[in-house]
Amino acid sequence: MRRFALTFLIVLLTGGLNPALAERLVVSLSNHRIAVTSSFVGENLVLFGTVEPEAGRPALRSPYDLVVTVTGPPETLRTRRKQRMLGIWINADSREFVRVPSYLAVLSNRPVADIAHPDILRRLQVGVDNFLLPQRIGPDIADTVNDDPFRAAFVRLEAQSGLYRQSGTAVTFLTPTVFRAAIPMPANVPTGNYAIDVKLFASGMMVARTNSALEVIKAGFEQYVADAARDNGLLYGLTTALMALFIGWFGSVVFRRD
Amino acid sequence: MQIYLPIADLPVNIFLVLGMGLAVGFISGMFGIGGGFLMTPLLIFIGISPAVAVASVSSHIAASSFTGAINYWRKRALDVALAMMLLSAGIVGTFAGVWLFTFLRAVDQLDLMIGLSYVTLLTAVGAVMIYESVRAEMRARKGMPATLRRPGSHTWLHGLPFKLRFKRSKIYVSAIPVWAIGFIIGFVGAIMGIGGGFLLVPMLIYFLRVPTATVIGTSMVLTLVTMASATVMHAATNHLVDAVLALILMVGGVIGAQFGARTGQRMRGERLRLLLGLLVFAVGLRFAYELVVSPDDLYSLRHVGSE
Repeated sequence: MRRFALTFLIVLLTGGLNPALAERLVVSLSNHRIAVTSSFVGENLVLFGTVEPEAGRPALRSPYDLVVTVTGPPETLRTRRKQRMLGIWINADSREFVRVPSYLAVLSNRPVADIAHPDILRRLQVGVDNFLLPQRIGPDIADTVNDDPFRAAFVRLEAQSGLYRQSGTAVTFLTPTVFRAAIPMPANVPTGNYAIDVKLFASGMMVARTNSALEVIKAGFEQYVADAARDNGLLYGLTTALMALFIGWFGSVVFRRD
Repeated sequence: MQIYLPIADLPVNIFLVLGMGLAVGFISGMFGIGGGFLMTPLLIFIGISPAVAVASVSSHIAASSFTGAINYWRKRALDVALAMMLLSAGIVGTFAGVWLFTFLRAVDQLDLMIGLSYVTLLTAVGAVMIYESVRAEMRARKGMPATLRRPGSHTWLHGLPFKLRFKRSKIYVSAIPVWAIGFIIGFVGAIMGIGGGFLLVPMLIYFLRVPTATVIGTSMVLTLVTMASATVMHAATNHLVDAVLALILMVGGVIGAQFGARTGQRMRGERLRLLLGLLVFAVGLRFAYELVVSPDDLYSLRHVGSE
């Protein structure tokens, strides 16, 4: 029943373009939970999967293309542009990007532009360029064209910090139906829930789609400190201040000469 | 060795941060300044968000100024009465500063205001200190007494009423300039996120004629109290103090401050003021450079919020 519902959803999502939907995607993630501990320096996740024929349909099409889109918890960011005024550079103009993913990775087995027609890619939001990044423009919230300078700068800056990425080589087909995708999680990944959207294409059309999820959480000491700072701010501050005084006093005792 | 910072949300090299703490601690112990105007830009440079940097640095400054203050207290180079007078006015100034801070943020010009006040204050204070100490140095070369405490060197400030005697500093001045200086330090510190030591030291020397010997210890007491309360305030309101980052900085800072204080006391006052002047001036120029020179990247990102 559930599978039927999913299939129905997929048909809806693809706009009924491909009624002969005959594939099923089965994926598994190497790890559904990333624990950020004090030694965390980033981690690489691996997504494995196979393409299976729907029952009663022996033939599989080929070759397949696969696009994995990983999105991090939403956040709101402001992109600011500097301008020279009276000889000094100041932040003159800014745009707010509302509830955009804090992490965005588009991983595929070949460049997304080669996989399907640009219209299809745009409709399915495949690729960083096609991903909806809503901006607050006056009272409205809307995405702009790809070459909007603020949008381009936003994507470039996020890519520089390793949080936005697009790779046409991160997915490998081990056999024509078994694939493997490497999901890089850099050390500065935000904590929260991540969604993984896997889309299968064949001859330029999406033929199957599935989802997965993962979670990035602070663990152990890191979690303890973060929770204390958030829940007991005053106590935490007093403790930190006392720690400062203690270390200051300790230093003067250790280094006392007279 | 990398360690992940729980509040700043990124891994840093523990030895790099320790080294930064040492270096800034040395400078702070030597000159009796907090060193916030050096440490905050350094932390931002290694990728820590400005808000977390400002909040965490305050606890680091509290630690290194406390160890310095103890050191000066033992050497009887600390004027508690003067420090208390300055503090009482400083608290009033801090409140006024926080009010202006909130107002400027509301009109979205806080960044510019902070940048401009750094440039103006640092270059102006630095230039005056360099000029004055070079002149003192030259006087000393000619065989004239280099000290500023000449008889009859009283200014109009010394003619004001409500005179108080500060025994340890051997000065007899009106309470009005003392209060004014305390207020200005609190005010400027709240806006710029600094302890204000680099302003306080020259002000005490030039306006109140406090001898160099007691000025540093006294300034440290003021820095200690303002920064310790800033830590608590930042932690209670913004939850931005990173205790792990603060701890690493403190350990480095405290060790550095010990050696700095010793080096500072071996040096002549004029030489010390010249060095501090050069340092302050250089940092001011650095900020000016940033404002004037075309940036590599016109765009920058700022977190507004996360859900």
